[in-house]
Amino acid sequence: MISFKLTDEQEMVRDAMRDFAAEALRPIGRKCDEESKLSEATLAQIWELGLVSTQLPEDFGGAGEPRSPITQALVLEELAWGDATLALAAVAPAAFAFAIADHGTDEQKRQYLPLFCGASYHAASLAAIEPGPTFDVLRPNTVAEPHPRGFVLCGAKCLVPMADRASHFLVVAQSRDGLDAFIVPRDAKGLQISEPEKNLGLRALPTAGLALDRVEVAASDRLGGESGSDLRRLLAGSRTALAAAMVGVARAAVEYAVPYAKDRVAFGQAIAQKQGIAFKVADMHIETEASRWLVWKAACQLELGLDATRSAHFARSYAAEQCLAVTDAGIQVLGGHGFVREHPVEMWYRNARTLGVLEGTLAV
Amino acid sequence: MINFELSENDRKVIEGLRAQALVARQYARYYDENEHEFPPDELEEAKNFPSLSELLEGRTDQDTPISVLGMLIVAAQTWGDYSVRMRRERGGLGNAALRAAGTPEQIEKWQGLILAMAITEPGCGSDPSMVQMSAVLDGDEWVLNGEKIFVTTGCRADGVIVWATLDKSAGRAGIKSFLVEKGTPGFVVTHKEKKLGIRADDTAAYVFKDCRIPRENLIGLQEEIPKHSSGGFRNVMKTFNMTRPGVAAIGIGMAEAALDFTRDHLRDAGIEIEYGGGIHGASAVVERFRRLEALCEAAQLTIWRAAWLSGEGQPNNMEASVCKAKAGAAVREITQGCIEILGPMGVSRDHLLEKWFRDVRITDIYEGTGEIQRMIIARGLFDYTRAELN
Repeated sequence: MISFKLTDEQEMVRDAMRDFAAEALRPIGRKCDEESKLSEATLAQIWELGLVSTQLPEDFGGAGEPRSPITQALVLEELAWGDATLALAAVAPAAFAFAIADHGTDEQKRQYLPLFCGASYHAASLAAIEPGPTFDVLRPNTVAEPHPRGFVLCGAKCLVPMADRASHFLVVAQSRDGLDAFIVPRDAKGLQISEPEKNLGLRALPTAGLALDRVEVAASDRLGGESGSDLRRLLAGSRTALAAAMVGVARAAVEYAVPYAKDRVAFGQAIAQKQGIAFKVADMHIETEASRWLVWKAACQLELGLDATRSAHFARSYAAEQCLAVTDAGIQVLGGHGFVREHPVEMWYRNARTLGVLEGTLAV
Repeated sequence: MINFELSENDRKVIEGLRAQALVARQYARYYDENEHEFPPDELEEAKNFPSLSELLEGRTDQDTPISVLGMLIVAAQTWGDYSVRMRRERGGLGNAALRAAGTPEQIEKWQGLILAMAITEPGCGSDPSMVQMSAVLDGDEWVLNGEKIFVTTGCRADGVIVWATLDKSAGRAGIKSFLVEKGTPGFVVTHKEKKLGIRADDTAAYVFKDCRIPRENLIGLQEEIPKHSSGGFRNVMKTFNMTRPGVAAIGIGMAEAALDFTRDHLRDAGIEIEYGGGIHGASAVVERFRRLEALCEAAQLTIWRAAWLSGEGQPNNMEASVCKAKAGAAVREITQGCIEILGPMGVSRDHLLEKWFRDVRITDIYEGTGEIQRMIIARGLFDYTRAELN
């Protein structure tokens, strides 16, 4: 049945996240961007919310609450509304942890899930993206060749979040069985982590490249062990999560443009009273809404255990395009003020463009 | 819980309607090329198909609420053909207006009639407050004088709800709506418009010359002109919050038909649409098609949102405009893009794609152009009155 009804709990969570984002993230986002440095205190503060651990099974130290991609999508929209960079940094470990929880063997769960159930932030990342203009996540150039004790990984990854501190990476690679992911510890022989990357947006998010030069991993380090894992589902979850964050960024731009346009006077009236501006802001709102419903649809399919490949594809491609268009229009509404760093809109525009090229950074 | 999956019962309704829609589609070209013939209410080949009410039997609260399902029903019908709809639903926009603004007695009395709605005049469209048609009380009768154009189903309707002003100097507050039955002396259907698309749908022009109707044909029966408000105008405009999502759904049905047609022909040519990959591994055609599909889904979801709110009894003024604006633009882009993908096959009148391209064009115009919708959305966002943003 078609329904847009949030549960009481979802409404509560969303409202709480909205307040948290306004109080804890929005005020500090610009400073982090300027310094290209995360606020460790904020990271710890978000970790305390238990966004990762509460949804991990009790057997492994979590709170055992049912995983809800819909709730997670709601949370990500709100956090990214506050600041996308801090939101991504805070929730990036979920991409690793949820992948293990959903697709890992019992042994993998026992070994890795407790890491994310402690009191302090623990970083581990999914490494999906590769450098080079022909990158396609379903056809990575990183390969996993069979080896007597397991696999040998060769290739390169980039834009790996929290790479400065991640204890483990979940590396997406092409194996003889198809698409697979492998757990690679930070100190693996043959793994080189690059200097921090300098990016257009999400500047405070510490990302780096990984060079994998014949990195040996055991057969038991393949996600899902012998049977492997459903990487398409994992990627669909990641895309839905990224799209949810994009909706948050777009909404931030709409909500910033509205009061500005009402205050700013030109030729004797508020620019909001001119159709040229009013229609632009209306379009910003329309596309933010449309993007959100696509995210909800994909999240709903994931929650029901259905194949969400198509809906997650649409959510991500549409939200990426529109988040960029909305923040772009946001700058235009502010004119020169949109271009200066005194206002956050130029940062959201850079973040939007950067978010659109990510894969596997988040999870729902 | 948030959910966008159709239930078994939902699917039964939509698949049942789509099977019938395919029958209607066989006649689509004929009534497009023979603009001045009316499609029959019921097609011979479709006589034994289950009716909508039969398809709707046995629904439970696990099924999609009827407010939203109604949008899928509309789309399933126009997926077959816009104009050739079997067992045509009785009633038009006028019936919706009657339900929204009529007294219980008026609704009871006239609900059996098919009612058109006549607002637009040669000199006014998007701004109905400029209505020139006049209504003057003479004894126990209203005397109507004026012209109306673009009256949807204006030829086949049994009657019309017509907007006229009691006092031009009173602006919007002076505008009232009246029911005029066909056959009333002084009420003439002058012609049927020739159009770009939806050709089988009759769009009429009316002339009222000293047309006398009973005093109780004033919808809502409020004869006085309020001094400090727009009077019943607001109530009448509320009609559109209910009908705009439906108009948006009309376009989506045709856009889905265009996408299905294009997908089938791409498949015949050996091109399968793959999802989940990036743009680098896909051909330009596949990527173009995927974007059009995403656009269609996005627009459809905005329609469901507006309809769902309405079903929940929540305000949906902005959402109705969001979906109308979104879908009105999306269906144009989708049908334009499908023609681009299929090239010569897209423009050939041997196929229906060129017809869908023409037919959807109206959905960004009638019941409020995309620009009017954006005005309404912006007023909502900025908390502006009509006077502050127009």
